[in-house]
Amino acid sequence: MELITPGLGLIFWMALPFLILLLILRKFAWKPILKALKDRESSIDDALHAADRAKEEMKQLQFSNEELLHQAKDERDAILNDARKVRDTIIEESKDKAKEEAARIIASAKESIQNEKMAAMTDLKNQLAELSLEIATRILEHELADAREQEAFVTQQLDKIHFN
Amino acid sequence: MIRTQNVRFFSFVSLFFLTFLCFSILDVTGSEKSHGSKELSSDTTFQHDEGLIVEQEFNAGKMIMEHVTDNHEWHIATLGHTHVTLPLPIILLYDGKVHAFWSSEFHNPNHSYKGFILEHGKIRAEAESDKTVYDFSITKTVFALLLSCFLLLWIFISVANRYKRNPKSAPKGMQSLLEPLIIFIRDDIAKSSIGEKKYEKFMPFLLTIFFFILLNNVMGIIPIFPAGANVTGNIAVTMVLAVFTLVLTTINGNKHYWVDIINTPGVPWWLKIPIPLMPVVEIIGIITKPFVLMVRLFANITAGHIIILGFVSLIFIFGSISVALGFGVSVVSVAFIVFMDLLEILVAFIQAYVFTLLSALYFGLATIEPENH
Repeated sequence: MELITPGLGLIFWMALPFLILLLILRKFAWKPILKALKDRESSIDDALHAADRAKEEMKQLQFSNEELLHQAKDERDAILNDARKVRDTIIEESKDKAKEEAARIIASAKESIQNEKMAAMTDLKNQLAELSLEIATRILEHELADAREQEAFVTQQLDKIHFN
Repeated sequence: MIRTQNVRFFSFVSLFFLTFLCFSILDVTGSEKSHGSKELSSDTTFQHDEGLIVEQEFNAGKMIMEHVTDNHEWHIATLGHTHVTLPLPIILLYDGKVHAFWSSEFHNPNHSYKGFILEHGKIRAEAESDKTVYDFSITKTVFALLLSCFLLLWIFISVANRYKRNPKSAPKGMQSLLEPLIIFIRDDIAKSSIGEKKYEKFMPFLLTIFFFILLNNVMGIIPIFPAGANVTGNIAVTMVLAVFTLVLTTINGNKHYWVDIINTPGVPWWLKIPIPLMPVVEIIGIITKPFVLMVRLFANITAGHIIILGFVSLIFIFGSISVALGFGVSVVSVAFIVFMDLLEILVAFIQAYVFTLLSALYFGLATIEPENH
């Protein structure tokens, strides 16, 4: 019946080393191992949480980036629109100005032409008067009997006149 | 819970069958003893698993019993007529004095040394007296369990050092083999049975018994020295383990636990007063729980060894009838032994798991807080 009767010596030699084994392993193996496992798990957990948070932040950042981009685009569009408007108005204005200027120039040209013409006309009139006077003077000086000669004289005189 | 029930069911069934097996083996040894003295008087050569049949008729029952029980020396092999044996220290406490010598001093069962005789694996005083010999020898089982203790220390302290040195790196080598087991014990045994709050206190014990039982179970399957001793199939070893569980359960039992034992809730009052039937049953239950732990582990492991040795014996039993028959049977036997060895590896894990799980459940029962707080 040795098989099922526990021997005293064996109980002693089992209990003592097992107790020592338990105590040593508890201090030098299980505590550090379990602590390391726990630490690692919590650090993995933390890392996962941090990654989640980072992802969230990234999303937000991306969102705000997009918004920024949108804003920028809108602004650009607005600026371009403004610029276009400005350009258009400037062109419009300058066209108007040019037209005005042209009109003004034309008007002044016309005026000056008129003036010149008037001056020329006056001049012409004066010369004509002078000439007429001269011719009349000469006709009077010559007092020719002959009508023919008179005529010839007039013609001669007329030939001498050069319209300038 | 389903898994627990399955394991329980499995161990129940195995226990059921193993009880039969044990009885049949004990019967063999019982009948052995009546013939024992006659056989021992002739020049007995002990038969072992290498089992070279030397002049003596092969006795399967005796060979098997020698293997599963403890021994004062470690028989490694028999080469021809020489036994290769590792002598182990014998330490005796007799009449207030300590006697220590090597087991090799006992040359044969009739040879006495310092007034002691080694007979049937037991040491007794040569002279008739009423004083008992207290045997504290380093027997084969003690030697093997000390060896396994050193192995466990070496393995786990080196693993722990790696955890200390590189606390956040991925596990490597032995560490990666053991880490899943440690996490399994922590999460699926301790946390689920004891609860998130109190499991940490019991973790060192649970881990130690799990790996102690597992290592010794596995070493028991390996038939080559220094493995091969039947440590976890020794009732003294399993008893000590169970007593540890009992002591830890008892000292950690809270008020709720003891009240439940004395005044079991949900039981008709006439089972408690006037005859305290339920309290008595519950108090017996305190003892039966670890008792079952002790028997289960012992029976499972011993039965496995006995079955394997039985198959080995078959070869020699048939071999003694005719050599050809022996060779023929050996083919079948070896196939069955391989199968049994594989089964034993499974059993080694299951029994370590069951012992740890049930210990954890008992701790859980002892520390559970009442729900209506």
